[in-house]
Amino acid sequence: MADKLTIIVCIKQVPGITEIKINPETNTLIREGIENIINPFDTYAIEEGVRLKERFLSDTNNINSDIQVIAISMGPPQSKEILKEAISLGVDNGILLSDRAFAGSDTWATAYTLSKAIKKIEGWKIIILGKQTLDGDTGQVGPELAQILNIPFLGYASKIVEIDKNKIIIKRLMEDRYETFEMKLPVAISVGKDINIPRIPSLRGKMKAKSADIPVWDNKHLGLDEKECGLNGSYTQVIKIFTPEHKHEIKIIKGTPEEQVNEIYSRLKELNLI
Amino acid sequence: MRYLLTEEQKMIVEICRRIVEERIIPVRAELDEKMIFPAEIIAEIGRSDLFRLFIPEKYGGMGTGIFEVCLATEELSRGDLSVATTYAASGLGFIPIILMGSEEQKERYLPQLASGEKLAAFGLTEADAGSDVSAIRTTAVKDGNYYILNGTKQWITNGGEADIYTVFAKTDPSRGARGVSAFIVEKGTEGFEFGKKENKLGIRASATRELIFNDCKVPKENLISKEGMGFIIIMKTFDQSRPAVGAQAVGVAQAALEEALNYSKIRFQFDSSISSFQAIQHMLADMATNVEAARSLVYYTAQAIDNGEKDISRLSAMSKLFASDMAMKVTTDAVQIFGGYGFMKDYPVEKMMRDAKITQIYEGTNQIQRNIIALDLIKKGFI
Repeated sequence: MADKLTIIVCIKQVPGITEIKINPETNTLIREGIENIINPFDTYAIEEGVRLKERFLSDTNNINSDIQVIAISMGPPQSKEILKEAISLGVDNGILLSDRAFAGSDTWATAYTLSKAIKKIEGWKIIILGKQTLDGDTGQVGPELAQILNIPFLGYASKIVEIDKNKIIIKRLMEDRYETFEMKLPVAISVGKDINIPRIPSLRGKMKAKSADIPVWDNKHLGLDEKECGLNGSYTQVIKIFTPEHKHEIKIIKGTPEEQVNEIYSRLKELNLI
Repeated sequence: MRYLLTEEQKMIVEICRRIVEERIIPVRAELDEKMIFPAEIIAEIGRSDLFRLFIPEKYGGMGTGIFEVCLATEELSRGDLSVATTYAASGLGFIPIILMGSEEQKERYLPQLASGEKLAAFGLTEADAGSDVSAIRTTAVKDGNYYILNGTKQWITNGGEADIYTVFAKTDPSRGARGVSAFIVEKGTEGFEFGKKENKLGIRASATRELIFNDCKVPKENLISKEGMGFIIIMKTFDQSRPAVGAQAVGVAQAALEEALNYSKIRFQFDSSISSFQAIQHMLADMATNVEAARSLVYYTAQAIDNGEKDISRLSAMSKLFASDMAMKVTTDAVQIFGGYGFMKDYPVEKMMRDAKITQIYEGTNQIQRNIIALDLIKKGFI
């Protein structure tokens, strides 16, 4: 019997824009005409997961091991698309956690739901997440997930220096120094842009993704107490979302170039900027 | 999408476009200027399964037709002809193994070429033997279990970068073209070395080197097919590969056309965009029409080959001839539309014009293509 080693990548579908628009009446995101994409930081997590698998497989000691990469996402049914995209990038399987009961989850409830799903997956040893999402921007799900699973967490990994079936050595760049950590598996790590360059999907990957069946795990499958998930299981609640008002004052300066320069110079001087 | 493409064919185009946008366009000018071999881009092409296309599934490939290879080649050529040439030249190197290789040769070499882990090259041209294959001087003399190769191949695309070379040498110098045989020679074989990297007008990032054989011992198992079959292998290979040269030409011409069209809308003279002038409009119209005509001929030829049409030399030669002459004209006109800016290296069209030129020369000059077409026409008429 081959020993199983599962690398889990947590990904999220986000609107593919940097500036979101909110409907002021319903306080919800305006999604019309906006393409949904994999959270950009999660694409580095996918790539690192696939590279880790390739790294394991290139070691002849692991010839009999059953190594797989599973991508998990929690979200509405259309999040299946990003799981399929993950498969086209080399991930073996995708799982979608989707249920009305999960709606309104904050980072804690999300981490809690993810932890329950991960516990159902055989052989999980390494969990990789993007360091934060484009929409929520909190970067909390990773550490919370590790806390719930009672495993070590290391954020902002820049390089996986060494890995075997028992331990991992990770280097990360802090503001003024590099840090290197050795941790026993299982671990959860988060990654940013400096760890790799995500690959372009392969033709075989795309074909596999097209026919891939993405299982949907609902709350019946996970068996969470309704008090622990979704809005009820969340410690925080979004009371109001609004588009910040940008107040710009525009003044057009006219005249000859010399006059314009003089005007700008005196304006900047008035503002104590020069 | 103007052509009826299958889901798989659309995926090939999508993958190539992403490689072009994300990996090729940002670096192509520098690779060209400094003659840097695009190793990382080729590795990405390998990871994307594009080398697997034409190789049978049994040997790690995807068993597609030439049409799919043409789609991939055209799209890569839109980004950079050096990259597309490197890609297509590996195909040219392994097509002889697919067409005429033994089962053992296929099992040994094709899987690592399919994955892109290794590149292939096609070693035919010599200093005094280009169009005239019968003039090659490289010899292969049988000695027990080996053939001993001596001679020098010139201007070999992927020379030095490839690991597996299909090399043509004379086993019987008295028989002219019929005395030529094909061998698989691996990089690292004793007596096999490379000359300097050539400094070229176009496709400067692609590697072009001499292959130097000095008492090079090649195992007799590496002979492709039988002695004296070299010329037939060359012709059969070119019949399959020429539409891909046509596809390169269509790709580079399409790129130049897009650049010229975009530029014509933002360049203002006499208070109007130059796209409002009929002189420019007619140039754009002719360029677009010719690109479409060439694309149609290339696609038609590739599909004829894939549908099992046997008599394809004429059509294959036509697709290469028409598309490459078209590409030279369209890229030159694109430079013209850019005016003085087009002559500067700050804009991509001068490179496209330099690159396009090779498509009229390699894999049989366009003069040789006309010979093939005319002789076939006179011999067979319209069948």
